[in-house]
Amino acid sequence: MTLGALAAPDGTAPGGTSFVVTRSRRSGTWAGLAGASGLAVLALLPAFASQGFISDLVNLYILVCVSTMWNALAGYVGLVSVGQQLYIGAGAYTVLVLAQHGWEPFATVPVAVVAAAVLAVPASWLVFRLSGAYFAIATWVLAEIAILFVARFGSLGGTTGTAVPGLDGFGAANLLRDYYWLGLGITALSVLGVYALLRSRLGLVLTAVRDNEVGARSVGSRVMTAKRAVYVLAAAGCAGAGTVLAISQLEVEPGNVFNVQWTAYMIFAVLIGGLGTIEGPIAGSIVFFVMQQTLANYNAWYLIILGSVAMAMAIWARQGLWGIITSRAPVQLFPVGYYVHFGPRRPGRGKVGGTGPGAAGPGEEGP
Amino acid sequence: MTYLNAVIQGLLLGGLFALFACGLSLMFGVMEVINLAHGDIAVAAVYLGLSLIAVTHIPAIWVFVLVVPVFIAGGYLGQRYFLQRSLDSGPVTTLLVTFGLSIVLENVLLEVYSANSQSLNIGSLVSSSIVVSSQLSVPYLSMIFLGAAVVSLAGIHLFLRRTRTGRMVRAVADDREAAQMVGANYRHLFGVAAAIAAATVALAGLALGMYTSISPTTGPSYLLYGFAAVVIGGLGSLWGTLAGGIVLGLATTLGSLVDPDFGAMLPYLVFLAVLAVRPRGLFPKKAVL
Repeated sequence: MTLGALAAPDGTAPGGTSFVVTRSRRSGTWAGLAGASGLAVLALLPAFASQGFISDLVNLYILVCVSTMWNALAGYVGLVSVGQQLYIGAGAYTVLVLAQHGWEPFATVPVAVVAAAVLAVPASWLVFRLSGAYFAIATWVLAEIAILFVARFGSLGGTTGTAVPGLDGFGAANLLRDYYWLGLGITALSVLGVYALLRSRLGLVLTAVRDNEVGARSVGSRVMTAKRAVYVLAAAGCAGAGTVLAISQLEVEPGNVFNVQWTAYMIFAVLIGGLGTIEGPIAGSIVFFVMQQTLANYNAWYLIILGSVAMAMAIWARQGLWGIITSRAPVQLFPVGYYVHFGPRRPGRGKVGGTGPGAAGPGEEGP
Repeated sequence: MTYLNAVIQGLLLGGLFALFACGLSLMFGVMEVINLAHGDIAVAAVYLGLSLIAVTHIPAIWVFVLVVPVFIAGGYLGQRYFLQRSLDSGPVTTLLVTFGLSIVLENVLLEVYSANSQSLNIGSLVSSSIVVSSQLSVPYLSMIFLGAAVVSLAGIHLFLRRTRTGRMVRAVADDREAAQMVGANYRHLFGVAAAIAAATVALAGLALGMYTSISPTTGPSYLLYGFAAVVIGGLGSLWGTLAGGIVLGLATTLGSLVDPDFGAMLPYLVFLAVLAVRPRGLFPKKAVL
């Protein structure tokens, strides 16, 4: 039922009580302000923090970006991809190829992102023929083909990879600062992109598919369109992360950029943080990153521990860390639902019932 | 003659792929689960065998007798106390949990056994073959693989058709609620199916360890070959799986005639081509199993 049908134009419900619809409680507004100032602080960090810390943060941003994208696929439209490394690699190799043809490496980034999105369209025709686990493995096969394919080109360094040309002129400190900003920008855009998508009309379809796909289909939602849109968006986001990876590592190596390990990182971060929320992948990435740094001297043990924790959480604590936090305190950094406040109208807050967009959100009172 | 040789090698390599695929096919047919750790579990079987040989100095052929029962028990218990819990919370969870298991297993093997390649040394059997002519020879080992794949598939087929437990497994796969109403314990039956799948995984792994050298990161590519064989053959069709394995084996050896890297790539391309043209596989089957 739409709110318009429920309410008279002046915001009076059939029972006579008036109500107001908002996208968030007050905490959402404050979180928005805090987020914006937090982003500003992060952008200014290179002026204060040590180079080692800045370069570590770049890796965190890459992780946040790819897990946000993976979460958009698995958390909202139920597409478990094990092959997002295809697009990380596609982004990295576009940077490499264009830089080899004389482009300025940073200028290649938008091209790489668009190229990956374009590549995702025919790829989706193929993999969308399968569902569930078959979809997962088909995406993985595409990524494996990509490794074998690029390794055939001697000019791209074959199986060992090669350096990205055109990065020498920057000077180490300037280069670090520039790709730090690139990483921060791409990650912020990815998170905000998913946020904007979820608040759009298509976002309602996505939330509906997350909660019940059959139900969403039966009320006439364009589920396939929504899925394809998210798949293309996720490809673009992962390619963005791939460009940061190529520039920050100064080289592109097929066994690194196309490694299925990336999918493990995404899955573990999202499962620990919480599937199907915007905040979850960010929280999970931070936990993942801190563990990775703390256990850096113990080889792959961090991955074994994080993998075991992620599996346990998938079975016993599906809501993840962020879900555990929000069940205790009603915090919301990225409000995507609707709130309906009954009772006397408070001027200046939110939209009056009846003029709000389309259908009611995932819950009538609260998100 | 080169081509004939490649075709024969391909047929026999297909046996190895089919051996990997039949466990996947069975698990999917019964529980609708794709175990993404399939390849890594097979590799773990090889390392278990290697450790057994290192500790007890038994002849390598004996590892079959020791490793396979361990995996049968592990398959049953793993299904009942680990995988079943994730099955209860939905297909996405199962997929994520088995992927997590794959990564964890791979890294544990890496920590314990290092990244060096190793193989199961079974002496003269590896190199001996029936020599038809100077350019054409058929290795005994490959024939054994093809034979093992046929015997495993036939065994699974007969078990599902002819035994009481097998019929109950099929009943649970067809309609779990109805089967439960007539007294089938689906958790136990899923455990039985997983135990059989684990036995074939162990066999496939040990066969691979004899055929070529393996490292902790070998697993995923054989998961993908096995999976591709299942899809090419037609979902849920056991004999289609054998055909799918042979198609992939032929693609590998014929592709290798061009160059070795192409031999690794061609099976994947064949898989994508089948997916694009005949998404239900070459031998689609309507009923499960």
